[in-house]
Amino acid sequence: MGLPQQKMDATEARLATLSLPQGGWTAATRADALSRVRAMGLPSRRDEYWKYTRPETLVDAPAPQAAIFSPDEAPIFGEIDRLRIVFVDGVFDPDASDDLELEGIVIDRLAESTAHDIHWAKDLYGTLEARGQDPVERPLAALNTAFASDGALIHVKKTPSKAISLIYFHNDETSDAILHHVIKVDPGAEVTILENGPAAARFNKCMEIDLADTAKLHHVRAQGRDHERRAATHMFARLGAESVYKSFTLTVNGRLTRNEVVIELTGDDAVAHVAGACVGDGEFHHDDTVFVTHDAVNCESRQVFKKVLRNGATGVFQGKILVKEGAQKTDGYQISQSLLLDDDSQFLAKPELEIYADDVACSHGSTSGAIDEDALFYLRSRGVPESEATDLLTLAFLAEAVEEIEDEALSDEIVSRLSAWLVRHSRG
Amino acid sequence: MLNIKNLHVKLEEEDKQILKGVDLTVEAGKVHAIMGPNGSGKSTLSYVLSGRDGYEVTEGEATLEGADILEMEPEERAAAGLFLAFQYPVEIPGVGNMTFLRTAVNAQRKARGEEEVSAADFLKLIRERAKALKIDAEMLKRAVNVGFSGGEKKRNEILQMAMLEPKMCILDETDSGLDVDAMKLVAEGVNALRGTGRGFLVITHYQRLLDHIKPDVVHIMADGRIVKTGGPELALEVENNGYADILAEVA
Repeated sequence: MGLPQQKMDATEARLATLSLPQGGWTAATRADALSRVRAMGLPSRRDEYWKYTRPETLVDAPAPQAAIFSPDEAPIFGEIDRLRIVFVDGVFDPDASDDLELEGIVIDRLAESTAHDIHWAKDLYGTLEARGQDPVERPLAALNTAFASDGALIHVKKTPSKAISLIYFHNDETSDAILHHVIKVDPGAEVTILENGPAAARFNKCMEIDLADTAKLHHVRAQGRDHERRAATHMFARLGAESVYKSFTLTVNGRLTRNEVVIELTGDDAVAHVAGACVGDGEFHHDDTVFVTHDAVNCESRQVFKKVLRNGATGVFQGKILVKEGAQKTDGYQISQSLLLDDDSQFLAKPELEIYADDVACSHGSTSGAIDEDALFYLRSRGVPESEATDLLTLAFLAEAVEEIEDEALSDEIVSRLSAWLVRHSRG
Repeated sequence: MLNIKNLHVKLEEEDKQILKGVDLTVEAGKVHAIMGPNGSGKSTLSYVLSGRDGYEVTEGEATLEGADILEMEPEERAAAGLFLAFQYPVEIPGVGNMTFLRTAVNAQRKARGEEEVSAADFLKLIRERAKALKIDAEMLKRAVNVGFSGGEKKRNEILQMAMLEPKMCILDETDSGLDVDAMKLVAEGVNALRGTGRGFLVITHYQRLLDHIKPDVVHIMADGRIVKTGGPELALEVENNGYADILAEVA
């Protein structure tokens, strides 16, 4: 089956601006990923999976410019004990980073490790991404595997003493960054991965996560505040028996963000929670696309996504729970909600359940609505001014998603960022 | 304290007159009760005074210590000292009861140009006042009114009243949905706040709440007007004979 000419042309135009890194242990995988990109073609607005989000600016060559933004607040996670790995416009910054040494952990850089022919990440790099292409194609992730310029390869052998923090600065208005991380967590080990920053004018990021039996990974991400930045991110996670994966993403600002999460529960009794809170004002388009596959017994998955939208901002949620034959005792939960602060904003949701086992409990719900007028009046009647009451109710709306963060210090940081955003944006 | 003169109110959405000339004065330190059949406009009066949307004042005025409250936003009325205990307290998922109360107390203080109360002082005060209302620490931690029983919601209203220390309290059918024990507890809470110049307007359907909160003055409201005013004995008359006799008498 050939691609439509227009799609093929757009794909080739994009590929012409990129050069495939040569040699080393990733060479074969990159070549394979490139041929997969050519076979699929890059996303276009006619694709069903991109029905609510226009992919052009994520595909076009070159990347649209994005002004640099200097926030009037210190970067997030500053008070958290962490090992910092810093990328500026997709380029590793050794001076700003800590030594990549931490007991129990091996950290390599993708760009450096490719000098070798053998690496522990060889079995994972591009593997989980390729698995995640079925049943829905994710060409931007394959593009990432083929062309990623750098990334962190993190092997967690034992629980480290602090969090691993990936920090992305944006200093170049035309930067077009592609990073690919691989995280492997051994049995019994537990790690916290933090991510923050706008990264680039356009950021294509892929993270492959392999959790062995009983491994645990906590992931908290704050996507940078640059108003004009664009990002397409993918997380592919494969969970072994009794492993736990908990991910939370905060998104404030950004012109266009597409966050895809692909989770495969392959071992019995595994737990996957993925949550997101986003607040958007004006030219803001945020898309959470989640695909959870239950392929083992007695696993639990939760998807909790909350969006606050105003001044014509758009929120998208495409979430699916697929329960395969034999995945009995599955407990699947999915909720996506938006709070529309005016009539110009919109929320588009496509929740899906596909179940082939007969002893499962799956539920999903999707709502969008305005501020609860009764609650607002109640608060005001107690003396809380309207703007403050609105903020309080907005934070309350987001709370279910934020509460998915287990670590109190991290959730406090997220709440304080959300409060600050509300103060900046709701007092119009 | 509270002066209502010739108050006419209609629904904003439809052309329906609810209050048709209410005259009422609640003096400082006094407890007034308003009784009346369903649909007489009792709850509308409480909503209009507290500033709820959806009502239009077509004539008349309402002042609190001389200040025109009808021109104020709901939060300004609260800061000026007006408090409404809701007939149906609103559930607010995601907002902790304690956070809510502290935000409210400090917002009012700020509006009045007073200093905010410290977290430690607030905690001490709320524990003490909650205890008197048999509200435990667990209830303070939970989201506002979420999962509260009917009695717990009403006690929570009285706790808010105790913490906010308003000058003028309006209780809208605070007895509805309460069993005798819960009503006693609520009444005790209200009685503890009586005196020292605080005015009360107790809106109720039945006389039984007034056994526990003894009013100084009782008004009967019907068809958007106060039709009869008297002492506590008026409430007993309603209890014994219903509203029909009184309404027939004034008609």
